Amino acid sequence: MIGNAAVARGAYEAGVRVTASYPGTPSTEITEVMATYPADEVYVEWAPNEKVACEVAIGASIAGARALTCCKHVGLNVMADPLFTASYTGVGGGMVVAVADDPGMHSSQNEQDSRHYAEAAKLPMLEPSDSEECLSFTRLAFTLSEEYDTPVLLRLSTRVSHSQSLVETAERENVPLKEYNKNISKYVMMPAQAKGRHVVVEERMRALTALAEVMLEINCVTRSSQTVNGKKIGVITNGITDMYAHEALGDRVSYFKLGMVYPLPVERLKFFASACDEVYVIEELDPVIENHCRAIGIPVHGKECFTMLGEYTPAMIAAAILGEAPAEHAVIDPIPMRPPVMCTGCPHRATYYVLKKLGLTVSGDIGCYTLGALAPLASVDTTVCMGASVSAALGMAKARGNDFAKKLVSVIGDSTFMHSGITGLVDIVYNKGINTVIILDNSITGMTGHQDNPTTGKTIRGEATKEVDLEALCHAVGIDWVKVADPFDLKNFEAVVREACALEAPAVVIAQRPCALLKTVKYTGHCIISDKCKTCGMCMKLGCPAISKKEDGTVVIDQNQCNGCGLCVGVCPFHAIEKVED
Amino acid sequence: MNSSVNIMIVGVGGQGTLLASRILGNVLVKEGHDVKVSEVHGMSQRGGSVVTYVKYGEKVYSPIIGEGEADIILAFEQLEAYRALPYLKKDGTMITATQCIDPMPVIIGAASYPEQLCEKIAAKANLITCDALAMAKEAGTDKAANVVLIGILAKRTDIPHDTWVEVLKTTVPPKFLDVNLRAFEMGYTYSM
Repeated sequence: MIGNAAVARGAYEAGVRVTASYPGTPSTEITEVMATYPADEVYVEWAPNEKVACEVAIGASIAGARALTCCKHVGLNVMADPLFTASYTGVGGGMVVAVADDPGMHSSQNEQDSRHYAEAAKLPMLEPSDSEECLSFTRLAFTLSEEYDTPVLLRLSTRVSHSQSLVETAERENVPLKEYNKNISKYVMMPAQAKGRHVVVEERMRALTALAEVMLEINCVTRSSQTVNGKKIGVITNGITDMYAHEALGDRVSYFKLGMVYPLPVERLKFFASACDEVYVIEELDPVIENHCRAIGIPVHGKECFTMLGEYTPAMIAAAILGEAPAEHAVIDPIPMRPPVMCTGCPHRATYYVLKKLGLTVSGDIGCYTLGALAPLASVDTTVCMGASVSAALGMAKARGNDFAKKLVSVIGDSTFMHSGITGLVDIVYNKGINTVIILDNSITGMTGHQDNPTTGKTIRGEATKEVDLEALCHAVGIDWVKVADPFDLKNFEAVVREACALEAPAVVIAQRPCALLKTVKYTGHCIISDKCKTCGMCMKLGCPAISKKEDGTVVIDQNQCNGCGLCVGVCPFHAIEKVED
Repeated sequence: MNSSVNIMIVGVGGQGTLLASRILGNVLVKEGHDVKVSEVHGMSQRGGSVVTYVKYGEKVYSPIIGEGEADIILAFEQLEAYRALPYLKKDGTMITATQCIDPMPVIIGAASYPEQLCEKIAAKANLITCDALAMAKEAGTDKAANVVLIGILAKRTDIPHDTWVEVLKTTVPPKFLDVNLRAFEMGYTYSM
C-alpha cells in the first residue's frame, strides 16, 4: 500500500465521516482512496480549494463528526487562515489535516517545510516514516485530536506518500457522531471569546509538551552499545530520514526517532544526548529539530553536515557520520536531460503556439500548462502560485499601463480558475483593468492525474452534479466580452486572442478542448510527412514529442508516439503533413 | 548494512513503468518478502524521465536506491538505461529495451541523441537488450512492451514462473490478460 492509501485506510478505520480536499501532488491519492470507501460511511469531496476544504472539515468536526482534509505543502498556505483559528476553537469530532511536503520538488514550486506551521498555529504534528506508520499514526492523530481538543497535523513527504510497503489493516471503528451543542465561547471567535481560548491553547501546548516526554511508542529510543571511531553516536530522526539512517548506520548508533515532530520533548532529548559522545540531527529541509536542541542546550551536529536542499539518501548519511565513501559505480558521459513535456494531443500546445506567435507576455499559473515555459514553446513569463496568473497580470498592467496590458495575457486552467482565479478576475473588473484572461478549459484537473472539479459536472464519486458555467460566471462578475474558442482551430483562436487583447476592456477567452488523456477523447489514425516537406521546421515549433528532425535534416513523426491529434497538419505551410486513418 | 535485493525500473513517462513496478511489487509480496516500492508521481508522468525503486529482502528500511546499489536495472528506453547506469552495482545486470525516444532538447536541436549507448553500457555492465516493442506487437499490442520486459526480468529472479502468472491475472484488466500473458511468455523465454 502506498503511504497515502495507508493514511486513507487509517482515517477510514478511525471512523472518519467527512473528507474534503483539493488535489495536490504528493497528497492527492489520500482523498482518492477515501472515495473508494462506501458513500454511506464516508462523505468525500473535492473542494474548489484548500481553504474551502479545511472549512468543510472544521464544520463537520464542530458538528460532531471525525473529519479529514489533505493537501500538499503549498496547499497548507491556502488553508492557513481557517486552520490558525481552528487551533483556538478546537474540535468537536476529531479533525486531522494531512499535509505532504515535497523535498526535492518533484512536482512543486517551492520546498517549504510545513513543520513551521505546527509551531506557528500551535498544533501538534505527527510524522510517519512508512506506510504502516501512516495508518497507525492517522488513527492515533484522531485519538489525540479528541483527547486534547485540537486539530492534529499529519506531516508526510513525497517518499513516504508514494512509497509502498506492507500494512496490517483492521475493521472500521464505530465512532458515533458527538452531540452538537451551541457553544459560542468555543466556536465564535470574536476578541472576547478568542482571548479566553488563547489561554486554553497555551494550556494545551503545555499538556502536549508533557505528552511528548512520555509518548514512548512514537517518540522512541533505540540504544546501541557500539561505537564509531571510539565514540558513542546518537542520531535524532524524523519521518523518512529514520529509514535512511537505519539503512546507512544499522545498529552502530543510538536512535531517537521523533514520531511527534511538534511539540518536541525536552527532558528525554537531554537524557538521550547525555549518553552519547556526539549527536547528529538528520532532518530534511529546515533545521527545526536542530534549533530546538540548541535552544535547550544540547550541542548537536546538523546542517553543517547536511544540506537544507532536496532529499537525503542513506549514502549521504553514511558519508557524513561514518566517513564512508559511496558505493563504487559507473561514471557516464554527459547526456541530454529529459524534462517533462506536454503529451501528444495536448490542447495547451496549440494555445501556446498562438501566444508565442503573437509575441505576448504570458502570466502563468500552476498546472500541466506551466510546461509552456519550456522550449520550444517558451511562452510563459511567470509562475508563482495558484491563481496568481490573473491577479499578478493586473499588477503588471497597473505598473506599466494599458499599452503593456494589450500585449499581456493570463493563462489559467479550469480547476485553478475555480481554485483562486475568480477572485483575481473580480479584481480586474472592480479596479478597471483591461486584462485578457485565457481559461484553459480541458474539462479536468490534469496535472494531478484527472480529478473532477466544479466545472466538470461530476463529483469525486463520479455522480452527475450541476457544473459551473464558466462563460456565465465571467459574465456575472462583469466581464462583457467572453468568447469560447477551440485552440486547435489555430486561425480562429489567433483571431479571438487578438481581438480580446485589443479591447479597452477586460476580456476572457475560454480555450476549450479536453485533455488528450481523458478516456472520452478518442483521436484516431496517425500523421505522416510526405515528400512535399521542405524541412522548414514550422512543425518543430509545436514541441510535439512525436515530431523530430533527424541528423540528415529530414523531419519524421514517430508513429509509436503520434496519436493522430492532427495539430501539426494545420501548421505546415507546404501541406506536407497528412493525417491517415489506420 | 544493505542486504536487500534492489531493482530499478526506468523509462519515459507514459511507457507503462508504473504497471511494471506494480506487478513486480505484488509478486514479491506474494513470495513473502518485505518489500518497498518507491515512485514519483506528478510532473514526471508528462513524458519526463521516470524512476521506480523496488527493494525486497527480510527487512527493508530505505525505499530508495543509491548509486552503485542496484542489482538489476530494467530500462524501457536506451537513453534512460544509460542515465541509470551509475546506479548499477559493479557486477549488476542491465536489461534494456532498444527503443529510443528523443527528449525535448534533442527534438528542438539543442542536443543530439547520444550514439552507441548499448555498447557503452555493455562495457560496464552485464547487458541484455531486446526489441520489446516489436515483441509486444507480435504478442498483440505495443502496449504490452512493459510486460515483455517483466518477463525477461522474471527469468533472472529466483521467483517461480507461476507466481508471476498468478499476479498478472490479478493486476492486468481481464480483457487485456491474454495478450499480456503472451507478452510475458515471450519475455520469459527470450534469449539474446
